[in-house]
Amino acid sequence: MLCDICGKNPATVHLTEIIDDSMNELHLCEECAHQKSLQMDQHFGLSDLLGGLAEFEKPAKEKEAAVTVKCANCGLTYTDFKKIGRLGCSECYRTFKKYLGPLLKKVHGSIIHFGKSPFKVARVLDKRGDLQALRNQLQKAIETEAFEDAAKIRDKIKELEKKQPQNNSGS
Amino acid sequence: MKLDDLINHSSEWLKGTGPNSDIVISSRIRLARNLEKIPFPHWANKKQSEGVLNTITDAAGKVDYFKSTVTFKLADLDSIDKQFLIERHLMSYEHAQKADQKAVIIDTEEILSIMLNEEDHIRMQVMQSGFNLFEAWNIINKLDDCLAKELSFAFLADWGYLTACPTNTGTAMRGSVMLHLPALVMTTQINRVLAAIAKLSFTTRGLYGEGTQATGNFFQVSNQVSLGLSEDDIIENINGLIRQIIEQESQAREMMLSRNRAVLEDRINRSFGILKSAHIITSQETIELLSMVRLGCDLGMVKDLDRRTINELFITTQPAHLQKLESKKLSSQERDVKRAELIRSRLIKS
Repeated sequence: MLCDICGKNPATVHLTEIIDDSMNELHLCEECAHQKSLQMDQHFGLSDLLGGLAEFEKPAKEKEAAVTVKCANCGLTYTDFKKIGRLGCSECYRTFKKYLGPLLKKVHGSIIHFGKSPFKVARVLDKRGDLQALRNQLQKAIETEAFEDAAKIRDKIKELEKKQPQNNSGS
Repeated sequence: MKLDDLINHSSEWLKGTGPNSDIVISSRIRLARNLEKIPFPHWANKKQSEGVLNTITDAAGKVDYFKSTVTFKLADLDSIDKQFLIERHLMSYEHAQKADQKAVIIDTEEILSIMLNEEDHIRMQVMQSGFNLFEAWNIINKLDDCLAKELSFAFLADWGYLTACPTNTGTAMRGSVMLHLPALVMTTQINRVLAAIAKLSFTTRGLYGEGTQATGNFFQVSNQVSLGLSEDDIIENINGLIRQIIEQESQAREMMLSRNRAVLEDRINRSFGILKSAHIITSQETIELLSMVRLGCDLGMVKDLDRRTINELFITTQPAHLQKLESKKLSSQERDVKRAELIRSRLIKS
């Protein structure tokens, strides 16, 4: 049998491709098979990568627990997330908080947001006890020896403390 | 405004002005936002997605800024229309797949575009000509504030804006700068530069974003990290990197001018010659030759031709644009003929 791609060399590699619902059998020579495998590597996308990252070092028991955790709001399980690399809804972040923290740390090198917030616009800065939340974050950052984050949080707290009287009178 | 009206209109970001517009084509800021508790587009059912579409378009209707915008539902567009929006950088390739319950809102100047139900409920972008990320940020930041008053966005105090993919969580911001780096490519220094960019956790993509290859010496550089830094810091970091790349490209251009002026002049003018005389030309060849002519324009070797004309040709010679111009479906061979015709008409002064 000759190779399905080049039609020159004898086929030594036999491949079954399943794309969506259709199955396709390919008989390839070694060289074309190599090319094909390079192409397949390129299809290896972000979701595979994330799934892999999500498989962080955890004791087996905790890993099992993660598999069965399900988001009460949208029904997505942690296994679903690992498979598709996408979360189901905003509540998933709360449901899987314990598992997503280390993942975010790996991806971004940080687990603390320093950007804008939608609440400042609505003038409800203290809605979630921003200042207290920041103090907790500072504590967490120091405990995990994330000193760069800690310094940033400290600055943010100082900035907020300065603004505090103004906000109270404004809201 | 109808979609077809755009064909005779030139996008703001193509005007070829703004800081460093010899090397930087355009600057873009993209923000991702989601509605609290409602499943992300890939996980939502039809009814939920429809609800998202209505909620957001209603909210946009209440914001002054959206007065000069128009909304296109993807289900109402044919494949050429969709390709046309992708070519104009108003929509991603991903957004065009599976058109159900999706829409795109654009403003008449084509500075702003908002994709609804792409990977996130809202993906909004602002584009500016030249090296101008902060200006793009100023515009999109105000817009985001306006929408935040009408909608409740998914947000956690410690993790920021929540997105379908955790790689976007935090600021959910991506700043991208489109660069034209012919001299770094010709002097084979580009791989060194790209490797350095990757090491600094920035990504490089081609002309049409994610998953596309760099062609015609165009490279899109954007930030990868979105959590742990403020929007201003992210932009400042991109700017610092882009300034260095601009410096390197300028040096490479100067070096080629001083050492190989004749070779460079020959290549640029041959490219110009082919574009002015070809009767059949592919889009790939067009991009490569236009890249050379643009360089010639920057170096003052090509006279009587402005950057805007060249920038526009990059877009209007793309397949869907040619078919829109002709108002009919064209085969690939027919397009190659029409493309050559269009280029000649724009480059040869009567």
